[in-house]
Amino acid sequence: MSLIHKTAAELGKLIASGEASAVEVAQAHLDRITEVDSKVSAFLHVDAESALAQARSVDERIARGEKLGPLAGVPIAHKDVFTTSDMPTTAGSKILEGWRPPYDATVTRRLREAGLVILGKTNLDEFAMGSSTENSAYGPTHNPWDLSRIPGGSSGGSSAAVASYEAPLSTGTDTGGSIRQPAAVTGIVGMKPTYGGSSRYGLIAFASSLDTPGPFARNVLDAALLQEAFSGHDALDSTSIDAPVPPVVEAARQADVAGLRVGVVKEFGGDGYQPGVLARFHEAVDLLESLGAKVVEVSCPTFGYALPAYYLIAPSECSSNLARFDAMRYGLRVGDDGTRSAEEVMALTRAAGFGPEVKRRIMLGTYALSSGYYDAYYGQAQKVRTLISRDFEAAFHQVDVLISPTTPTTAFPIGERADDPMAMYLADLCTIPSNLAGNAAISVPCGLADEDGLPVGLQIMAPVLGDDRCYRVGAAVERAFEGRWGGPLLAKAPAL
Amino acid sequence: MSAITRDEVAHLARLSRLALADEELDHFAAQLDQIVGAVARVAEVAADDIPPSSHALPLTNVFRPDEVRPSLTPEEALSGAPAVEDDRFRVPRILGEEA
Repeated sequence: MSLIHKTAAELGKLIASGEASAVEVAQAHLDRITEVDSKVSAFLHVDAESALAQARSVDERIARGEKLGPLAGVPIAHKDVFTTSDMPTTAGSKILEGWRPPYDATVTRRLREAGLVILGKTNLDEFAMGSSTENSAYGPTHNPWDLSRIPGGSSGGSSAAVASYEAPLSTGTDTGGSIRQPAAVTGIVGMKPTYGGSSRYGLIAFASSLDTPGPFARNVLDAALLQEAFSGHDALDSTSIDAPVPPVVEAARQADVAGLRVGVVKEFGGDGYQPGVLARFHEAVDLLESLGAKVVEVSCPTFGYALPAYYLIAPSECSSNLARFDAMRYGLRVGDDGTRSAEEVMALTRAAGFGPEVKRRIMLGTYALSSGYYDAYYGQAQKVRTLISRDFEAAFHQVDVLISPTTPTTAFPIGERADDPMAMYLADLCTIPSNLAGNAAISVPCGLADEDGLPVGLQIMAPVLGDDRCYRVGAAVERAFEGRWGGPLLAKAPAL
Repeated sequence: MSAITRDEVAHLARLSRLALADEELDHFAAQLDQIVGAVARVAEVAADDIPPSSHALPLTNVFRPDEVRPSLTPEEALSGAPAVEDDRFRVPRILGEEA
């Protein structure tokens, strides 16, 4: 089997034992990027020279007998919303075109410390706002299963890079589903850790009370290894949880659900869900029962209001966070001809530098926070947020994990929802509650929809700091399904 | 009836420091009207006595020790600036001519 088809755990072992060098592994993935990225467009920036230098350094440290972590020398694609001091960071926006941050995000720093080799930066919806990666100012990314379709979003470059074997691992951020939905529609694993479990320092902010860095991988164990590598308390992020990282790797190896109580969220299903998605989901429910889990239906009555609450809370936070793009200290400046005021330059720059979805959300948030509307919109949404957390608490008294489809449909065609924001927002219907409540949730492959042959994801939700349960159940489902499929779901994807 | 008029979008754009073109105002007015109509559904939830959550975790007053630590040099801090003068950010005029 070629190097690019191996798992991250396998590559880490090959490199540690000297059976393969980190340089060889990096080169194999760089060659793959050269071969297929003109079709997929997962990357905004690839730095072959830097990747090979990082890989050489890992090889040298291993040759000196240093004991490195399990992912040392393994290549990774890094979402272009984390600052990197040695590569441009754009957040998919024209307003940051060519910007080189003066510092590394904590996640970036920890990837480097773990010896991961950063191949480059991946495409995303501008400022991580979107579900298709079509909102990138640098053009869309294509789904490796069908190049005419979206790879999900906002972390669509990261999902496509892993699904097209350009990298075994990638980073993402999940504010309303931006890791889980892209993972689902490209047939890979994507995890939103507990909010505060992974640091936001150096992550370009969209909605600070929701943004959560997390891993993508082609299997559950690899995702757990990556989450462990970059998680843990960070004094530079005041919302970082000062507690040990849940035992995610151990749970991914345990892969056992006997006696576990699994709740099916009653509110997620029916109208608006693609039949093929529901069919695969019901199969996963039967599978969990056959593995010894006790499956019951659980009602979370406020979940139906999560989407409207989210589209008040997230734009409100974004309208305030994106005020920092003021054309004064970094990034684009337009119209500074010596006659215009700072305020005029600011307004011209922001109009030229932000795309339509970012403008919509800034104005929507400004509206929701306006005096006279604040109580009815933002205030009420925050109360709904409390009720959603209470729904989760009540549910987790009855069951150990909750499950649902990750997203109501398979990957839709590029362009189909591009100028229909409400249709686009529905892609995050099932993922948003876990952002509002801050709990852990993962998406694992669950088969192909009959009507279009495209991947379907199963979402597994666990309580706050119950990340290990996501991995335990995800790994059990993965093992059983792969036994049935004769290998990973991704092996069914057409060759690029 | 529209929840958001074109004039209201023009006002929001001014507050948001977005110099939008006329055709953008029309386009956004229709879309924002539709979105606000949809998100207004939160009003259906009976929540009068429910405390609001601004955050998912019960964290308050997180402090770090008050110690001097290394930070960016002036060169690093100014490295992305659109214009620099004398180790400072150079910005367009802030006050009006008459001020």
